[in-house]
Amino acid sequence: MCGIVGLFAKSLELEESLGEHLAAMLTQMSGRGPDSAGIAVYRNPAPFGSSKLTLFSPDPLEDWEALCQELGARFGGSPEASVRSSHAVILVDAEAADAEAWVREAHPDLRVMSAGQAIEIYKETGRPEEFVSRFDLASFQGSHALGHTRMATESSVTTEGSHPFSTGLDLCLVHNGSLSNHNRLRERLRREGIAFQTENDSEVAAGYLAWRLREGASLEEALEACLEDLDGFYTFLVGTLDGFAVLRDGIACKPAVIAETDDWVAMASEWRAIATLPGAAEAREWEPAPGVAYAWERAKV
Amino acid sequence: MTATEAVGAAVEVVDLAVTPLRELNQRLHDLADQTAGPERWRVLNPNGAHAVACGLDAELEVEIEGHVGYYCAGMNKLAAVRVHGNAGTGLAENLMSGTVTVDGNASQSAGATGRGGLLVVHGDAAARCGISMKGIDIVVRGSVGHMSAFMAQRGRLVVCGDAGDALGDSIYEARLYVRGHVAGLGADCVEKELRDEHAAELRELLLQAGLGDVDPREFRRYGSARQLYTFKVDNAAAY
Repeated sequence: MCGIVGLFAKSLELEESLGEHLAAMLTQMSGRGPDSAGIAVYRNPAPFGSSKLTLFSPDPLEDWEALCQELGARFGGSPEASVRSSHAVILVDAEAADAEAWVREAHPDLRVMSAGQAIEIYKETGRPEEFVSRFDLASFQGSHALGHTRMATESSVTTEGSHPFSTGLDLCLVHNGSLSNHNRLRERLRREGIAFQTENDSEVAAGYLAWRLREGASLEEALEACLEDLDGFYTFLVGTLDGFAVLRDGIACKPAVIAETDDWVAMASEWRAIATLPGAAEAREWEPAPGVAYAWERAKV
Repeated sequence: MTATEAVGAAVEVVDLAVTPLRELNQRLHDLADQTAGPERWRVLNPNGAHAVACGLDAELEVEIEGHVGYYCAGMNKLAAVRVHGNAGTGLAENLMSGTVTVDGNASQSAGATGRGGLLVVHGDAAARCGISMKGIDIVVRGSVGHMSAFMAQRGRLVVCGDAGDALGDSIYEARLYVRGHVAGLGADCVEKELRDEHAAELRELLLQAGLGDVDPREFRRYGSARQLYTFKVDNAAAY
């Protein structure tokens, strides 16, 4: 069992209070996943030509300032780290892929949680309520966000094994369920050049989507291909730069509820998470059908 | 008992925004065995909580104002529970008697393993509606999802809309009535003739569900072909 939540803001007011609502939703799903918690927030897009990294260090005394100086020396500018607990977000004057590759090479002790224009991923072991206060979720503003509470089944309880997983720029995935063909699929994707940091089944699903998108599929096409190639149980919530998407496997034994008002679109494992949102009682609510991809995207300006 | 309760007008209102769920359920359970107390209840702000009005065993009327979570009205005996909203997984699971009514939609496994009583869903029911039903009657005004009435043993499932794939897979003696399109029948489930006695019992069920305007003759009947292993006399020695 795991808990999933997602919130997509359709009004400025909701964008400003996104973190507060995400925190309330995540806390409601604590019972479904008391092992670990994590979020992906899309906010403050990096200026053109630069990119944003979220890094994790297991060392509480990590010298983020020194890392920023190294990044400045390598790519120019004067990057600054915005530190939250064990994570730091750094704006780099480089393409996201280049900055990410440099960190992996020069600092193998650090984990790249996410890379892209707007995405920030934070995740940790421990109870979701503790995560919410430790990372000060209520202070986040943003356009959309995903969250996950984990009850581990397929791999160990570690920060790296927590959700969301990102294996592509501005892309992330949270998963409730378990995949049974992840080992073989991981090998196939590695041969295609997709990098994995864990033995976790859900990371393979994220890598699979990254590969399909890289090969030119739309988000909907990539999700529909999951129905053919992924064996197991899943409700997926996938975050992209512009929005998010929901997919349940054809058996659909993992729960999902979607609701929409003029101010927001929300997805969660259970209604009690969505019930925390303003106007929830009047929201249009439905259960996503098995094997059907649902996607919301911000209108491109 | 107060005067207003004596004439049946009093309604006990419990707001789950202030009253713990366990307190509500305990008060309802305390009314089993003809213990005196309020017979009509109104529950406010369920907000998707699990196991609301679960395990009742008295002739009560319970109205729930809003969406409920998992296992609402599970194991119910005698009581009439109505949800003015949607219901999560396992609505009225193992219903024994009484009625459970949902104005909105029900999630998967509604009425699972139910042994008696009537479950009415005015919206749609999701996958596995009536799974392993053992005597319950279920009437769904909308449609049901895939694998509904899986291994159904006894009782009637009435679907005014459509049924998803693998309806009635490995069914025993339950009777299934569907008015709309059936995406596919499960193993050993076949269409059967809708005779007068079936139309009569269907009319009765629709009336009980408050759907007297629906014509029983528009339905098709499905049931067991009795061809699976357990139905073969050659296998009787194995038991």
